[in-house]
Amino acid sequence: MRTDLVVIGAGPAGLAAALAASARGVRVALVDAAAQTGGQFYRQPAAGLGAGRPEALHHQWRTWERLRDGLAAGPVRVLTEHHVWCVERTSDGFTVHALLGPEQEEPVEVHAHAVLLATGGYEHVLPFPGWTLPGVVTAGGAQAMLKGGLVVPGHRAVVAGSGPLLLPVATGLAAAGVEVAALVESTDPGRLARHAPALAGKLPEGAGHAAGLLRHRVPVLTRHTVVRAHGDDRLTGVTVAALDADGRVRPGTARHLPCDTLAVGHGMLPHTDLAETLGCRLDGLTVAVDTEQRTDVPGVWAAGEATGIGGAALALAEGHIAGCSAAAHLYGTAPDPAPAALKARAKLRRSAAALDAACAPPVHWPEHLTDDTVVCRCEEVTAGSVREALDLGAGDERTVKLLTRAGMGWCQGRMCGTAIAGLAGRAPTPAKRPFARPVPLGVLARQHPQEGQS
Amino acid sequence: MSESLTCDVVVVGAGVVGAATALYAARAGLDTVVVDRGPVAGGTTGAGEGNLLVSDKEPGPELELALLSARLWAGLAREGLGEAVEYEAKGGVVVAGTDRALTGLEKFAAEQRAAGVEAVPVPPDRLTDLEPCLAPGLAGGMHYPQDAQVMPALAAAHLLRASKARVRTGQEVTGVLRGPDGAVRGVRTDRGDLHAPAVVNAAGTWGGELAARAGVLLPVRPRRGFVLVTEPLPPRIRHKVYAADYVADVASDSAALQTSPVVEGTPAGPVLIGASRERVGFDRSLSLPALRALAAGAIALFPFLSGVRALRTYAGFRPYLPDHLPAIGPDARVPGLFHACGHEGAGIGLATGTGHLIAQALTGRTPDLDLVPFRPDRFTKEAE
Repeated sequence: MRTDLVVIGAGPAGLAAALAASARGVRVALVDAAAQTGGQFYRQPAAGLGAGRPEALHHQWRTWERLRDGLAAGPVRVLTEHHVWCVERTSDGFTVHALLGPEQEEPVEVHAHAVLLATGGYEHVLPFPGWTLPGVVTAGGAQAMLKGGLVVPGHRAVVAGSGPLLLPVATGLAAAGVEVAALVESTDPGRLARHAPALAGKLPEGAGHAAGLLRHRVPVLTRHTVVRAHGDDRLTGVTVAALDADGRVRPGTARHLPCDTLAVGHGMLPHTDLAETLGCRLDGLTVAVDTEQRTDVPGVWAAGEATGIGGAALALAEGHIAGCSAAAHLYGTAPDPAPAALKARAKLRRSAAALDAACAPPVHWPEHLTDDTVVCRCEEVTAGSVREALDLGAGDERTVKLLTRAGMGWCQGRMCGTAIAGLAGRAPTPAKRPFARPVPLGVLARQHPQEGQS
Repeated sequence: MSESLTCDVVVVGAGVVGAATALYAARAGLDTVVVDRGPVAGGTTGAGEGNLLVSDKEPGPELELALLSARLWAGLAREGLGEAVEYEAKGGVVVAGTDRALTGLEKFAAEQRAAGVEAVPVPPDRLTDLEPCLAPGLAGGMHYPQDAQVMPALAAAHLLRASKARVRTGQEVTGVLRGPDGAVRGVRTDRGDLHAPAVVNAAGTWGGELAARAGVLLPVRPRRGFVLVTEPLPPRIRHKVYAADYVADVASDSAALQTSPVVEGTPAGPVLIGASRERVGFDRSLSLPALRALAAGAIALFPFLSGVRALRTYAGFRPYLPDHLPAIGPDARVPGLFHACGHEGAGIGLATGTGHLIAQALTGRTPDLDLVPFRPDRFTKEAE
């Protein structure tokens, strides 16, 4: 199909962008891999589950209703179960190459004059001894089980890691009847306090979750970390320990917490594969954009977590601004974003930066990795093998990958990339993934001109 | 951190050619330092498939170098490095789709045989004995038992380790030090000087730039190639398998995109599909037309690949010289400067022979092969 603008990702940023552009007369196709719009943030229970009150698991439910109803009422073409594996620049715009889900075998192409990347983020988890045991889930995974499957992952849980996602996960689990043995946050609350002015906008939300913790009597351990998960064939407990001012485990502080579930996360990382392959400039790990959310590649906009992790409200503001800008450029007019969106973006970016500065995994986390800890789960590469590769002369993530295969498997290093960089003592760099997801060779071959003729 | 040190030879480049040069130089008794602006195997080596091929080379100096190198690789494997570098003496199978291609292949193989290559004709009904998953209807093929494979990055890292040379990665050579008589005295780097009476340019695609920093012309250019990597599979492809047109593409001088599939399994499971060739400078951006042609070519050889997923793809740059032969040996224009670069897409395979010849030249012995065809000063400005 052909359209003016294709928006990739139907989470908060993509929804806001599609609606803004569509309201200004642009033909928009909104593409997403999932079966329903909403993304991770507005994840809905599967229809077959017959949820009576899905809103109980969400805040900002009214915002979602507004977006959902706007989409239903308007002319935006919604293309769900479209797994985009590459965006190609063509002589007259862009071709979005996708595979139809869930099998992801049938190719489909969407041609457009402009592309808006609202590809979101994915969860960041750092390895630790025992993290591959059944019963250890990501914080976002636990939340997805609650929101999407209406199931709880266990009976007694520990929620651990760092970052703002841990609070809602702990309260969500507690509200669903799970005994939360502890919320283990490695961040020093003093660091958050130092950023208090910038975080003011986040306070009501945080206070709500804090009240939830209190109500459910969830013990909170700040400046603590999980050093090991225990169990033979599944999780039976975790060892937690206190951290000193340098982020090292304080000797003698280790204690055991029995649990059957550990929900662990260290914040989010942006999805930048499509942008990187299009040649968009990245700023660190995020897609670089200007004030109108334009990337440096003409015709390509980006909004939401892909341009910097900041949460749903920021994504909505950025999406709106990006959609307005794309419409203006397609029609040769001046962008007209809502002033409230510009104001919200400025404020929320400040608080996102403050949160980012305050919430960090313990600096010395690689020291906790025993040599037999699996770091790359796809290729089963241990910390010991990575250390051996470093000893062989690998100084960076790419060379470790070449020498050990860490990051070469199904997830293409999305899970282990930062861990490998950390073990190498380097800052993580964006990986090059020309295929944003695996693509059958037959799909590639069918697009070969000589093949088409025969 | 700036420091200065003295050794017998500085090898510039920690790719597989630099590593093999360091190994043989050290074995010849030379105190060797390897310096690279990037990490080990950070350039073309890290993007290679690890082909140790004699099958694709016509009789001549490159084939002689390939045969010498194949013997040396087999020797290193026997010494115990084989497992570490994933050496596999798997052999190659070249297939011809048409009778015309088969006639060409047979003629080519006959010439190779005269030069010492083992080339065993395979009639069409025996092809599936060698490769059970090959497409039906092929005209015939040729089995090359001497073709082999290594994992290139592991090969570079382990040859370097075996050399016991001092390795300086992340250190860029900014100039070549010359004495009043013009002879090499070492290199200047961004972290101090390395003093030595001999410097080996094993800088791959960067070899032309390094030569320029020594004041001489060596027109090394990049030729881009993409490799497609599939999901891990149980072993189904046993040899290096490619179509007879591959040889013509390798030898071609064209700048346009050429693809002829080279398909092979790896010990880790994924199937590697090479090898596109195009001259586009150092442009790394994705080329879907190249990947489509590779996929189509690979499926024409192995139809089962149609349903197999490509997990990733990467580009590399083959360092080539205008006559498609590497530069190996002393540079008559700068006493003490040696070159070991410009191996195009064959550098992994040719690394051992190259290192061995350079070590012989460094220690004043008569090289096992005549180095005249590889003379680094054979290019003039006009010849480019």
